[in-house]
Amino acid sequence: MATTELQARVSNEALGPVIELVGDVDGRAEQALDAAYTEAGDAAGVMLDFHGVAYMNSTGIALIVGLLARARTSGQTLSVRGLTPHYREIFEITRLADFMTIVDEEEGSA
Amino acid sequence: MTALAQTWRKVTRRGGEPTAETTDEVTVTVSTVEAPSVEIAPNDPLVAYLQGAGGAVDVEKLELESPGVTALREAGVALVVPLISGGELVGTLNLGSRLSDQQYSTDDRRLLDGLAAQAAPALQVAELVQKQAAEARSRERIEQELKVAQLIQQNFLPRVLPDLPGWEVAAYYQPAREVGGDFYDLFELPDGRVAVVIGDVTDKGVPAAMVMAAARSLLRASGQRVVSPGEVLQRVNDLLCPDIPDKMFVTCLYAVVDPATGHVRYANAGHNLPYVRTADGSTELRAKGMPLGLLPGMSYEEHEAVMSPGDGLLLYSDGVTEAHGPEREMFGTPRLVEHVADPASGDLIDGLLTRLQRFTGADWEQEDDITLVTLRRTLAAGGQNGRVSGLELRFTLPSEAGNEREGMRRVLEAIEPLGLEARRVERLGTAVSEATMNAIEHGNQGRADIPVEIEVVTLGSELVVRICDVGDGPTATDVESPDLEAKLAGLQKPRGWGLFLIENMVDEIRVSDADGRHTVELVLQLKGGDGDGDD
Repeated sequence: MATTELQARVSNEALGPVIELVGDVDGRAEQALDAAYTEAGDAAGVMLDFHGVAYMNSTGIALIVGLLARARTSGQTLSVRGLTPHYREIFEITRLADFMTIVDEEEGSA
Repeated sequence: MTALAQTWRKVTRRGGEPTAETTDEVTVTVSTVEAPSVEIAPNDPLVAYLQGAGGAVDVEKLELESPGVTALREAGVALVVPLISGGELVGTLNLGSRLSDQQYSTDDRRLLDGLAAQAAPALQVAELVQKQAAEARSRERIEQELKVAQLIQQNFLPRVLPDLPGWEVAAYYQPAREVGGDFYDLFELPDGRVAVVIGDVTDKGVPAAMVMAAARSLLRASGQRVVSPGEVLQRVNDLLCPDIPDKMFVTCLYAVVDPATGHVRYANAGHNLPYVRTADGSTELRAKGMPLGLLPGMSYEEHEAVMSPGDGLLLYSDGVTEAHGPEREMFGTPRLVEHVADPASGDLIDGLLTRLQRFTGADWEQEDDITLVTLRRTLAAGGQNGRVSGLELRFTLPSEAGNEREGMRRVLEAIEPLGLEARRVERLGTAVSEATMNAIEHGNQGRADIPVEIEVVTLGSELVVRICDVGDGPTATDVESPDLEAKLAGLQKPRGWGLFLIENMVDEIRVSDADGRHTVELVLQLKGGDGDGDD
């Protein structure tokens, strides 16, 4: 299984800044994730797009926890979309789902 | 007595003698004559006398009753100059009488004594050099012989072990520096059963290796023709007896295993008794018989045992049980049996070797060959009652960050035939990846040369993934359970999700520590599970 270092791109959508994640959310993703989050700025809410993520591990979860902690101190909300059912389950087990809005995908199928 | 300076160098000056070309010139001929050998025994009183003489000695004037003096006189020696180095007599300069028939003058003697004083230490050094060269040659010859013995040995050990569905076959062979006569063999028989052989030839080096090669070939040839283990040993014994060198013999355990049923028929020619690790402890496989090559016409008891799924058979050589600890205490059979009986003590080979290593200590020089052969029945062949059969995988990964992905990939590939629900497969993948990451980072401390071992087996209705490290780091179970609110509030580190995830991804997690190995077993129930209704 080829490992792919995470690429994080920031785009602006109507709902606000979206960080599009492509690759693996693991220990090597820290820089890309932090840089993108800083770039997203201090909008009221930031969306993490997981469509391009095929693998996430516990170190990756720790990075998301780090982002969430930053968001909370600056009064931002953090949302997630594009989670596979497996990673959605992990967001629920770890209770990340209690602190982030998980956007269901059905409406975006167009 | 050490070598004597025994070359007489005669300088002859012939004046006015007729030569082929008549000339008035004086011809000087230098001729070297080998002196007759004069042996002086180390206990001859002459030795002590010369040691204390302090200079050249006239043989004629010697008043000593000694065979050495007699020998010197018979050889025509007139003057003996002792060569003393470091207070020790290292040789003598023996001179015949002067050609002029005159006595040696004081000047002659002074010259000779001076020469002796120079020559003695030089002679001693030369002797030392010669001795060392001889020792080096002899060492080289021994090394060469060791290599030959190793070569023979290695050429007669199986290069590949048979692949038996539903069985895990492993062998370990480590020759001692001076190769002993251990051997083992596994080969498939025409009817699908498998012969398993372990043996030990008395003696070491090339002779043992030659006998081992012969015994192994005879066992293979007889084994292909006769199925009864007792009969095989009887034949090989009769064939070996006329040719085997005196005082040499071969101990040998010969077993025939039926992979389909777990039946083991075996006979023993004086070899260490094998043991089976069972769910209840251990069983000794007992059978009596004389070693091969001692007496012709012997018969060998034959017995049978049945191995159930999960049972493991261990064959070994006495290099294990007779290994000594630093206090000269022997490892012994009881320790071996204890290891076999305790499943928590780890793998039959690796675990045993770790235990042996701990017993003998780091400075141990292996005394004898060590050979271990194991056969473990992993599951019931045939797959009754929806049991999955034939699934097993074992591999290792270097402890390098990122390799957990490869571990996960290989495990998931191996369980594909089970047809598990995609969601359960993904969960297991995450659990494997996390447990492997722990093994790499914590257990093996990221030391690439220490591998993480991963094993996938189906045992009854369970799928088990074992992930094994050397357990040097803090155990994952010591980690506090993660609390997201505490983490967000900065009261806990953001990390520490690994074990928590694993626990939530599989049906059961079993952690064990034994023999310096830390094992995490991830268990999925193949039946029931998530109410998944596949056949």
